[in-house]
Amino acid sequence: MQWFLEATTTGHKLALMVVAILLFAAVMAAILFAVDRPKRVPNWLVAGGFVGPTLILLLIGLVYPALTTVRGSFYDRDGSEFVGLDNYVTVFTQDNFQTVLRNTVLWVVLVPLLTTALGLVYAYLVDRTRFEGLAKALIFLPMAISMVGAGVIWKFVYEYRPDQPGVNQIGLANQLLVLFGLEPQQFLLNGPSNTFYLIAVMIWIQAGFAMTVLSAAIKSIPDEIVEAARLDGVGGVQMFRYVTVPSIRPALIVVLTTVAIVSLKAFDVVRTMTGGQFGTNVVANEFYAQSFRQFNVGLGAALAVLLFVLVIPIIAYNVRQLRLSEEIR
Amino acid sequence: MTTTPVMSPVPATDRTTGRAERRAAAARTKLSSPAASVIAIVIAVLWTVPTLGLLVTSFRPELAIRRSGWWTSVTDPQFTLDNYNEVLYGGTNFASLFVNSLVITLPAVVIPITLALLAAYAFAWINFRGRNILFVAVFALQVVPIQVTLIPLLSLYVDTGLNGSFWTIWLSHSIFALPLAVFLLHNFMKDIPASLVEAARVDGAGHVRIFFQVLLPLLTPAIAAFGVFQFLWVWNDLLVALTFAGGAPDVVPLTVRVAELAGTRGSDWFLLAAGAFVSMVLPLLVFLGLQRYFVRGLLAGSVKG
Repeated sequence: MQWFLEATTTGHKLALMVVAILLFAAVMAAILFAVDRPKRVPNWLVAGGFVGPTLILLLIGLVYPALTTVRGSFYDRDGSEFVGLDNYVTVFTQDNFQTVLRNTVLWVVLVPLLTTALGLVYAYLVDRTRFEGLAKALIFLPMAISMVGAGVIWKFVYEYRPDQPGVNQIGLANQLLVLFGLEPQQFLLNGPSNTFYLIAVMIWIQAGFAMTVLSAAIKSIPDEIVEAARLDGVGGVQMFRYVTVPSIRPALIVVLTTVAIVSLKAFDVVRTMTGGQFGTNVVANEFYAQSFRQFNVGLGAALAVLLFVLVIPIIAYNVRQLRLSEEIR
Repeated sequence: MTTTPVMSPVPATDRTTGRAERRAAAARTKLSSPAASVIAIVIAVLWTVPTLGLLVTSFRPELAIRRSGWWTSVTDPQFTLDNYNEVLYGGTNFASLFVNSLVITLPAVVIPITLALLAAYAFAWINFRGRNILFVAVFALQVVPIQVTLIPLLSLYVDTGLNGSFWTIWLSHSIFALPLAVFLLHNFMKDIPASLVEAARVDGAGHVRIFFQVLLPLLTPAIAAFGVFQFLWVWNDLLVALTFAGGAPDVVPLTVRVAELAGTRGSDWFLLAAGAFVSMVLPLLVFLGLQRYFVRGLLAGSVKG
């Protein structure tokens, strides 16, 4: 047993990894072998062999924990006493949570809107140009970088050195300010603008996703429509406004909602760059702090449930819009 | 517009290429407007220079990093591998963390894909009662944020004695990936012509044989697409790793330590820059190599909704 739980050397870890994969394969093979009899086996048994493992894992790993957390949000910090809605009252009334909620709203509104706008404009500008492939790859690259990595990259851009003779700025943003004769700034320390500098990082990460999906949508606009508009004398900005944007509306909504959900749940950027200090905290980060730093499980659960509840209308809107666009078709 | 439409009757193929050319020509005029090019170039620069800056910094000597900006390397190039040496084999020991990340990621990609393939097959090609309701239920579970599950899962792992081992992370990532994986692979599976499956069935093949011999070979691109997706997701994850392995130095992956360094040694840029790139190099390579599949997965997942 010990061998399976405590791997300390590189060789042991790699061996454990191989064993885990083989073990999994053996279990799955056994299940499939059991249900795959040449004789008539009832369909539900075969289906059970195929779907069963997934359903069991989802019940244990998603459904049961989610229900437990919803229940936990009505209990006190160690889950021993029922407190009704107290945790939620705390979240919505206490002063320090007001900042957290305000920032979360800013993230969920600004990141999707700006990301989508940027991705759309860029996809439109580079569409069918000679350097389209390269231009897209450049914007796309941050998608491969972790949010932690992106946080480090931008923390370095925002790095501040006091404005004294003999001291050089090492962060790009402040160097630019100095070049233009302005005072260097503590980008991450001074509120409330620091939240916007963090939001910029999230936009930087997500723009590639928006651009890819929107670019594919732009390319799928039928040639006839573009051609007809052109013959009518539509060009440039008008073409963008009256032909491109309406034609890709479903893709726009998908991008907006997807990015909204990602930015609602993401805490990596805030945690890496400011640790949630200086008035930059968001719900997802505060959830982690309450649950695993303050050990206030009840309050942490309430924040997690808040995230859950906020996701639902976004997805409902998305599904509704998809239904509508399918009806039109 | 500078191009004139072709009016003479031409074969259909010629006409479409002519149209494509004209659209390309229109795009060229679009970008030749100076404002448009400037916007495109500014965006491209903003999206690359920050990464480039940290990359250059990771190769500069510690003292140079403190004293001057990385852009001075153009006039005063000083480069060294010391930072990487220190971060990989020094006190931070990123070399062993790299192994941890790898050991975490491979099973966390293989297991959910296998499970999801089997489940997607059942939802697509086996008739059983309650199939549609179950599929919708699995699909709907995508709504559940990971955060909601963490504390109950953690106490479950503590109770079963798995806490602090690789198993907790493998299990958690597999579970969290399943709803999206089942949905995506089901979409791909549905696209396979029913006649192929029927033909195999007439030949007397059971479900297991149909799955392995007929469907699996056709699904390779879909598997690659989701594989890249899941690889990036697991390798770059912070939340799951922090929760289940935050206190276990033999399990903890790169992201957690990089995040920690950013907090505790936030001004040691020689360490942070090199460390960040150690954590980024593999996903960047995978991404560049398999970008085609990744884009496919992205479009299938989001546009189909």
